[in-house]
Amino acid sequence: MIRVALPAHLRNLASVDGEVVVEVTGNATQRSVLDALEASYPVLSGTIRDHVTLKRRPFVRFFACGQDLSHEPLDALLPEEVVGGKEPYLIVGAMAGG
Amino acid sequence: MSRVRVLVGTRKGAFVLEADGKRQNWSVNGPFFGGWEMYHLKGSPADPNRIYASQSSGWFGQIVQRSNDGGKTWEAVGNKFVYDGVPGTHQWYDGTPHPWEFKRVWHLEPSLTDPDTVYAGVEDAALFRTTDGGQNWSEMPGLRGHGSGPHWQPGAGGLCLHTILLDPSNPKRMFIAISAAGAFRTDDGGTTWLPINRGLKSQGIPNEEAEVGHCVHRIAMHRSRPNVLFMQKHWDVMRSDNAGDSWTEVSGNLPTDFGFPIDVHAHEPETIYVVPIKSDSEHYPPDGKLRVYRSRSGGNEWEALTKGLPQQDCYLNVLRDAMSVDSLDKCGIYFGTSGGQVYASADAGDTWSAIVRDLPPVVSVEAQTLDG
Repeated sequence: MIRVALPAHLRNLASVDGEVVVEVTGNATQRSVLDALEASYPVLSGTIRDHVTLKRRPFVRFFACGQDLSHEPLDALLPEEVVGGKEPYLIVGAMAGG
Repeated sequence: MSRVRVLVGTRKGAFVLEADGKRQNWSVNGPFFGGWEMYHLKGSPADPNRIYASQSSGWFGQIVQRSNDGGKTWEAVGNKFVYDGVPGTHQWYDGTPHPWEFKRVWHLEPSLTDPDTVYAGVEDAALFRTTDGGQNWSEMPGLRGHGSGPHWQPGAGGLCLHTILLDPSNPKRMFIAISAAGAFRTDDGGTTWLPINRGLKSQGIPNEEAEVGHCVHRIAMHRSRPNVLFMQKHWDVMRSDNAGDSWTEVSGNLPTDFGFPIDVHAHEPETIYVVPIKSDSEHYPPDGKLRVYRSRSGGNEWEALTKGLPQQDCYLNVLRDAMSVDSLDKCGIYFGTSGGQVYASADAGDTWSAIVRDLPPVVSVEAQTLDG
């Protein structure tokens, strides 16, 4: 079970409060977490990564355990703390503006 | 008694304004989808309680919302807009080839007869259609496949398909407009398209009378005369009496012929409205006066409508999709501003008052006339 923290606009879109929990089969990677998240909440498809290329949208970042995972390989294993449910996987809307 | 519902899209959410047929006391409901850019909301002519809304964000992309109860509740439907085949390239601002990339839906045009069929005009310019109430969207590739597609170039706001007009007398015919490619018509239900820009003159492009490349801001028609089209171009107000085969300028005595919206009175097909804006580098009304101009002769002779509108120190803009008319008698006309006001006239423009003054910048306004 992976805890996922969504930004406020995506929580509203998915009609959830607080963190969501997803279950992944096989290795817990960023890709498998995002796949599971979109399977559980189809309304989020296309909002975090492109429908076709599956590339992260430019103003979305991924964090966990104090690390920026945005540029890490999508198939790399997530930290033990995330896999064990101690720490959430954070999907963040980048701060942008003036 | 009839009622009116006005759907307002803003930079930070959607609002639904409602009044009875007197159009004096309004309820303001919203914001819906607060914080999101709501480029356009429009109800189905076949089922006015079915409303579609384009919701987008620089962070999280495109969402399409649908309401089945007149805007009280909403559900997200499909948001997958994928170009047909290999997308290819159009021209970038500097004239170099640039890959076609979906950015957002600018305009949603529900079918005149089927609540589940909707056309979507998108940036980068293309036309999509759903026939299942928004769950799935498919490109109508004939438009972008027109031979001129690789030469289309974005306007300052992007390469957007912003206008879709459906011919009520001919289900195979529709008109669209793209900034800055121009206007196009199909006579075969969208399989093939014809540029309809003859008569347009645009200074600043290499051939000012080119077949494509014109910055058309908006087209309007009266449903009783679908062969008569009115256009607000970047500069110039134009009309066509032959379904766009040729255009003539009808700017006449306007103080400036730059602007964005143009619309037609619901019961008088020769009565049209524009909002003159000083220039393309100064997106505000001339002389600090917000004036709607009305022509009762289909152009050329224009009168300023000012009662109830600010006549000093007014420096806002009215965008292309931010004007609409109802079909009551007398015709109501509505427009929204970049300053967050939505103005209404219940007497065809003679007098105006603000329904609401302090919304986020208004992007689109659509009026619905409802029974009971």
